[in-house]
Amino acid sequence: MESVIEVKNLHKAFGSHEVLKGIDFSANKGEVTCIIGSSGSGKSTLLRCINLLEMPDAGEILYHGENILTGGVNMPRYHARVGMVFQQFNLFGNMNVLHNCMTGQMKVLGRTKQESEANALKYLKKVGMDAYVDAKPRQLSGGQKQRVAIARALAMDPEVILFDEPTSALDPEMVGEVLAVMQTLAQEGLTMLVVTHEMGFARAVAHQVVFMDGGVICEQGAPADVLGAPKSERLQAFLKSML
Amino acid sequence: MPTASTSFFGWVAFLLQKYGMLFLRGTGMTLLIALTGTIFGFIIGLLVAIVRATSPMPSLGRKSAAAAVRDALLKAVQLLLGAYIQVFRGTPMIVQAVVIYYGAQYAGMYMDTTFAAIFIISINTGAYMAEIIRGGVISIDKGQFEAAHAIGMTHWQTMTTVVLPQAIRNILPSVGNELIVNIKDSSVLNVISVSELFFQAKSAAGAYYRYFEVYFIIAVIYLILTLTVSRILRFIERKMDGPDNYVIHGSQSDSRAEIVVSRENAEEVEKRWNP
Repeated sequence: MESVIEVKNLHKAFGSHEVLKGIDFSANKGEVTCIIGSSGSGKSTLLRCINLLEMPDAGEILYHGENILTGGVNMPRYHARVGMVFQQFNLFGNMNVLHNCMTGQMKVLGRTKQESEANALKYLKKVGMDAYVDAKPRQLSGGQKQRVAIARALAMDPEVILFDEPTSALDPEMVGEVLAVMQTLAQEGLTMLVVTHEMGFARAVAHQVVFMDGGVICEQGAPADVLGAPKSERLQAFLKSML
Repeated sequence: MPTASTSFFGWVAFLLQKYGMLFLRGTGMTLLIALTGTIFGFIIGLLVAIVRATSPMPSLGRKSAAAAVRDALLKAVQLLLGAYIQVFRGTPMIVQAVVIYYGAQYAGMYMDTTFAAIFIISINTGAYMAEIIRGGVISIDKGQFEAAHAIGMTHWQTMTTVVLPQAIRNILPSVGNELIVNIKDSSVLNVISVSELFFQAKSAAGAYYRYFEVYFIIAVIYLILTLTVSRILRFIERKMDGPDNYVIHGSQSDSRAEIVVSRENAEEVEKRWNP
């Protein structure tokens, strides 16, 4: 199995507070990796390090075997290949839905307006938001915003998408629509790294589940093993609290 | 010519008749230098704010030589821009005008007074604008920067396509306020003989020694100018879509004013801040 992203002995501290204490794992091509754990366990920080929104203190992040932390990698190019979906959506407030999905293609990938628009519409249709192309983000519900944010990430035609708690800021009735979109993407073979509290999603969709606790990876493996037969007490307690 | 016993209104009417065109030309000059100075100041402020908001290239371990040079250069330019803001906000514009105008002559450069006026107002306003725009940029949610970086935009692209369009909308009241301040404060440029309204008044007043009447007239003109401009600005703000209330950052006359523009939405705003 070819690994797309491999993390080796990753460390990150905020001041004296050590958030990541040596993380090792790899995400394979076409697979979904769900990262679970209680808040403060470092899972969001790990994801933000992989996208370089935070600079790790030590360790390696390999993208197709190439270390992205040593400065030789073309950053805009890397970012275009590794997309991100945020908990707070972060749609561009000054643009309508269509332009949110076009601007990156035009500015970063150098695509023409026509190409970008066609591609944006293709993915907006996929997430069921093609009827809202002219809407401004503030006119949309949380679930709609998140679906547009997913379309924005997809429109860059990335190889990997990182999802940072994509449903945590949503009202319960909107969680389903976003998870349904993500499930479709998983089935189509997109490589996904998902930080989530949705155990049902992890169980149904993930190829690999990573449980983080206190800045280290406690357990990892197939969802049936990690979620079905947890070995450590910490994970048992965590799963019990999620019910 | 009216006699010494003529009433105040008699003098005003006489002076208006005699110097009306002079005052009108002065008003034109005042508007010209205030408006162009504000526009150039705004552009300077934008550039300064973009550079000041740039952070050094992140990388782990040893930096490449090119990156190190770039970071050192950035740091030096940022320090210089910081000094520029401190100097121009920390000294009166009237002093800046004299120092720059006569300083240039000292260096053998004889500036046209109108050019000098626009130049001085522009760089003075630029220093204030840089801080106003910085405030506007800070007020934009961090998530907007992160989302833009996450799809691969450079700092420049992020600022120009995502952050500044939103920031500028939020700081529009402060920018308008700078224009009003410039309409009034351009009067200090009479020290370098710019033929703006105050300078014209000074010569008119000297001719008949009628100081009160002349300055009363130009006070009314200044008031009409500022009231009209603030009305126009209010109208433009209403036309543009955006937030219903603003926090004004770093304004020259009001450092921390909050303006609620729309009464209907006051409740909604209240809810947003006290959920």
